[in-house]
Amino acid sequence: MLEIDNLSHVYGGGSPNAHHAIDGLNLSVAAGELLCIVGPSGCGKSTLLRSIAGLITPTGGEIRVEGTVVRQTPDNLAVVFQDYSRSLFPWMSVADNVALPLRRKNMDKRQRREAAHEALESVGLQDAGRKYPFQLSGGMQQRVAIARALAYRPTLMLMDEPFGSVDAQTREDLEDLVLKVRGHHQMTIVLITHDIDESVYVGDRVVVLSKAPAHVVGDLKVELPAPRDQISTREHPDFVHLRAEVGRLVRGHATV
Amino acid sequence: MRRGGLRTAAFRWVVLLVLVVVWEAATRVAGSTFFPPPSTIVTRMHAMWFSGPPDALFLTDTAVENILPSLGRMAAGFAGGALAGVVLGLAVGLSARAYDYLDGVLQFLRAIPPPALVTVFLVLFGFGLRMQLAFIMFSIVWPVLLNTADGARSVEPLHLQTSQAFRLSRAELLLRVVVPSTLPKMFAGLRLALSLSLIVMVFSELLPGTTNGIGFQITDAYSTFDLPGIWAGIVLLGVLGYLLNELFLVAERRVLGWHHAAQQLAVP
Amino acid sequence: MSAQTLSRARPASTTTRWSRRAAGALAFAALIELAGRTGLIDAEFLPPATEIVGRAVTLLADPAFLGHALTSLLAWAMGLGIAAAIAVPLGLLLGSVPIIDAAMRSVVEFLRPIPSVALIPLVALVIGTGLQLRVTLVVYASLWPILYNTMYGLRGVDPLAKESLRSYGFGPLAVLLRVSLPSSAPFITTGIRLAAGVALILTVSTEIVAGRGEGIGVFIFFAGIAVPARMADILAGVFWVGLFGVVVNALLVAAERRAFRWHHAQLGERP
Repeated sequence: MLEIDNLSHVYGGGSPNAHHAIDGLNLSVAAGELLCIVGPSGCGKSTLLRSIAGLITPTGGEIRVEGTVVRQTPDNLAVVFQDYSRSLFPWMSVADNVALPLRRKNMDKRQRREAAHEALESVGLQDAGRKYPFQLSGGMQQRVAIARALAYRPTLMLMDEPFGSVDAQTREDLEDLVLKVRGHHQMTIVLITHDIDESVYVGDRVVVLSKAPAHVVGDLKVELPAPRDQISTREHPDFVHLRAEVGRLVRGHATV
Repeated sequence: MRRGGLRTAAFRWVVLLVLVVVWEAATRVAGSTFFPPPSTIVTRMHAMWFSGPPDALFLTDTAVENILPSLGRMAAGFAGGALAGVVLGLAVGLSARAYDYLDGVLQFLRAIPPPALVTVFLVLFGFGLRMQLAFIMFSIVWPVLLNTADGARSVEPLHLQTSQAFRLSRAELLLRVVVPSTLPKMFAGLRLALSLSLIVMVFSELLPGTTNGIGFQITDAYSTFDLPGIWAGIVLLGVLGYLLNELFLVAERRVLGWHHAAQQLAVP
Repeated sequence: MSAQTLSRARPASTTTRWSRRAAGALAFAALIELAGRTGLIDAEFLPPATEIVGRAVTLLADPAFLGHALTSLLAWAMGLGIAAAIAVPLGLLLGSVPIIDAAMRSVVEFLRPIPSVALIPLVALVIGTGLQLRVTLVVYASLWPILYNTMYGLRGVDPLAKESLRSYGFGPLAVLLRVSLPSSAPFITTGIRLAAGVALILTVSTEIVAGRGEGIGVFIFFAGIAVPARMADILAGVFWVGLFGVVVNALLVAAERRAFRWHHAQLGERP
């Protein structure tokens, strides 16, 4: 589904204060997988995600999505950014925000409206379509951003610290929402986070990155009983064990 | 809140009324030719412009021959200048490079007080309507252009990335993302342009060679030492300025409702 | 243009931007030069740029022109100064005493929309057409931007700062002068910058409408109604007025940044 070969990226190449964000990163994600990427803050996670999305061109290496080398944003890919307040369009209603990307698909107005409604329904916001983003709470706005990505029916969904700007309770709700919608939609999800617990709770697999320049320092399979539950899963011995291991990997490289 | 607002408004009207009464009394006592009592001014305005037949909306021939041409010139000049300013502003603002190259020249053109150029337009077009329209358009195009360009330059980067990630076409990007983000600053420029267009419209009518318009009526009254006539023109222009501004605010609230609401929430 | 180019465009360095600005200005001048030399636009209407700038330079040695320029400068500066001297204290008063604000608001709202140039004939009749006419109109027009920005700035004053000073036993006047005035200084500067542009418009307008005496507007007007019109003189005059406007604006923008330094520091940014 997604292969990354020997990826590297340097900001401001050539200048004395060039920043080496990624160096020699290899990664492969299977179709249908929910992969969490964790790493110390400022380690180049967002650079990695933006490279996969084709928003920036990496200075070295290659990314392939469904076998095609990424040069611009691949088809059937959707992104959910951390900062919902700046990624939703404030001048459009919630329904229009969700329906906007569908203009690229061969759909008439009615079909777009139905698809948007369906997506809003799947995130529990079926009644919010006529509202404007600023009338919703932060957590609800991020649900809209997720609905916008779902309506697009992507085969690959990228999420950049999607729950980084909401409170703890909302965060847990949104984590469960991701687990729920991924059951209904056939898609691969790559979720970037700096929260170790979250990565283990949500992911099928957790990849740990080093501090910048980033490369993979750990790759763990998460095998926890389904369905996952905020209370019992977090008490499970395997969960406790895994998060300790991820924590050691993150910290071991963060403090060097 | 609502009741407080009503009370404040009522208080303001009462104060205004009291001040008008004081003004009336003071001018009557002083008896100066330069400062006729407000009642004289209002009577004059009524006789001159608003005592026409009902089927002409009570407008007199003098009103039709002077107020309407003034408003027409201003509207045409404003529309032309605003349209040019918006289109050129978007074009300049969309390219950081073009903006850098043109910034200096545009700042210079904006800094020129429009009346200084009126003689240039006189030489080019002679006295008359064409010169007045060109002059009004040229005067207001710069604030609109510069504000629009500024707005188009400062589109939220994440909005652009989102549009790119969802592969919006160029036309969709321009129409649904860039133009809406530009609107708040574009409207700030348009508002400046509106009050400026009233000023330059009146200025162009004060020049010799004009044959009608509110400004012409003021000059006419000036040459015959008709002070109530001068005052009537000034008051009429003040009322028109006030109404145009209110009209603009209504339009702005309609178009920028999302912006104002979002701002109010952001700054509690 | 695409989202990609828009989002990736990195801001150019300051040197690059200044050299681009200079290149743009040169290209603009070259365009005028070319239009005049090739006869695309009749040189009688638009003389070549070199001729305009050349004329502008020789005007600097012309005592008559300098007299015009100084007269205008005097009216502009006096009007702006008097307007600031009235509008800043008035703004502080209206902005800090709600009852006076409510009472004066309707007067302000009804006076402000009057297009200032419409007052020229009336004021000319009442006080005559000399320097006093120009100064009066400049004062009237410059008053509003300064007044509004002063009041706007006062609204943003941190109530905690006022209370903390009051808790040390300072009276309302001390609070006004030590907290409210300094923290609204950036807004007052913005008001003065906007007023400076309006003042220039009114100086020139009044000179042209009154049409006599000295002043840059008079100079430009007579060059325009001469037969044949002295286009190079007009544009040389416009060149100096425009340059003056750009320089004053740039100086006041710099003053605003200085006045705003505390603001940036407070937000944890570097100025």
